[in-house]
Amino acid sequence: MPVREKFDEELAVLRGKLLDLGHFAENALSLSIQALENHDIELALEIMENDTKANILYEEINDYAILLIAKQQPVAIDLRRIIVAIKIATDIERIADFAVNIAKSTIRIGKEDHVKPIVHIKQMHAICLTMLNDSLSAFNEEDLKKAKAVADMDDEVDDLYGQTIVDLLRISGEQSERIPQITQLSFVCRYLERAADHVTNISEHIFYLVKGKQFDLND
Amino acid sequence: MSTLVAPKKEAADSIFNDKNLHAKNKVYQTKELNLWYGSNHALKQINLDIYENEVTAIIGPSGCGKSTYIKALNRMIEMVPSVKTSGEIQYRGRNIFDKRYGVEELRTKVGMVFQKPNPFPKSIYENVVYGPRIHGIRDKKVLNQIVEKSLKGAALWDEVKDRLQDNAYGLSGGQQQRLCIARCLAIEPDVILMDEPTSALDPISTLKVEELVQILKKEYSIIIVTHNMQQAARISDRTAFFLNGEVVEFAETDKIFSNPTDKRTEDYITGRFG
Repeated sequence: MPVREKFDEELAVLRGKLLDLGHFAENALSLSIQALENHDIELALEIMENDTKANILYEEINDYAILLIAKQQPVAIDLRRIIVAIKIATDIERIADFAVNIAKSTIRIGKEDHVKPIVHIKQMHAICLTMLNDSLSAFNEEDLKKAKAVADMDDEVDDLYGQTIVDLLRISGEQSERIPQITQLSFVCRYLERAADHVTNISEHIFYLVKGKQFDLND
Repeated sequence: MSTLVAPKKEAADSIFNDKNLHAKNKVYQTKELNLWYGSNHALKQINLDIYENEVTAIIGPSGCGKSTYIKALNRMIEMVPSVKTSGEIQYRGRNIFDKRYGVEELRTKVGMVFQKPNPFPKSIYENVVYGPRIHGIRDKKVLNQIVEKSLKGAALWDEVKDRLQDNAYGLSGGQQQRLCIARCLAIEPDVILMDEPTSALDPISTLKVEELVQILKKEYSIIIVTHNMQQAARISDRTAFFLNGEVVEFAETDKIFSNPTDKRTEDYITGRFG
């Protein structure tokens, strides 16, 4: 007779909620760059409004996790599964906040043409999305190789971030009247760079989940 | 996979490998112990060290040999006629299976508390002085001191000091179990063996016994068999996981309950079998 079937089901529910939050953040991040590219203020407002859904899911995950600890008194990997879910939820919720921040920058830039095509920003964004998506499946499958590959991608985002900021600084010297927009675009770069760091944290949490030890994947 | 990246900190490991734990004296050293009930090989090649002033928990599913092992430690197992053993259990450096080792001498040093409280059908006072009387103590004043000291040691004195002549059967289950612990303390043992001492007790009595174990380990070495894994996690310094007569894993309790090495240990403590 299988034992702790109910608990295993509850852990699956927790995992499902976390994946829901992850996919919500992915979508929000995608839409935020779409809004930025198209100067779509309405979409930006919608992203801001929808963020409450992420917050509700985040709270649900926390409440559910705490209830599971209280009811099931988990130890070892079971306990790590729950603790790691709480930690990953915190990172993902932050990523969803970055989507809101990008939406706010989009609103501040308004209908004004971009000082340069946002090619690098879109590249950073694409890598971030791949990282987030892969990290969610790495979590779901408890796949360390995949988690490590995700963390490695962070370097590409960091490089693009460095290049873009240098570019934007140069333009700000040439077109000082456009510094407000350049500042907003720099913020967007920073949000994406930070989002990638949070995904790297998720990889570290997956390592902790599987190995029971803390690993630093940020080097 | 561990070659992928290096661990961030060794801090977690250093908690698990507390040097002070290793520096302690060993009370018992079990070497290649095998035990058979007739043809049933109940304990297989057991190697296990019990340390001074620690609580060692023994966990494992029913029939894994944990009670057999603890009963071997005071040679109670010899009361089963068909038992054969090989290997050694050294208590303070002497093999307890040595023919010259008197079992009475051993049991003076090694007290035992059982699953069900088993006070004698006598007064509270008489229960405590039973052992010391057998050892020839007759002086009423000395016996009174022993009663007070033992009952205080078992955290029962305040509850019974005004009714020492009452029958022990009138006490609650939790009080009876602490009386049995007091009876055990009265002979001033070195080691206390506890075979599921709280499994017949209510939650509050259980916590009282657990608190008591924490206090007693300052003066005694305690070995406790328990089916309650949270209890093992709460009160013990080291935990041995027994399965099918073998020790699968023996390590610091923090390690066993956070990151055990053996998959079978993990499956057992997380409740996936047993």
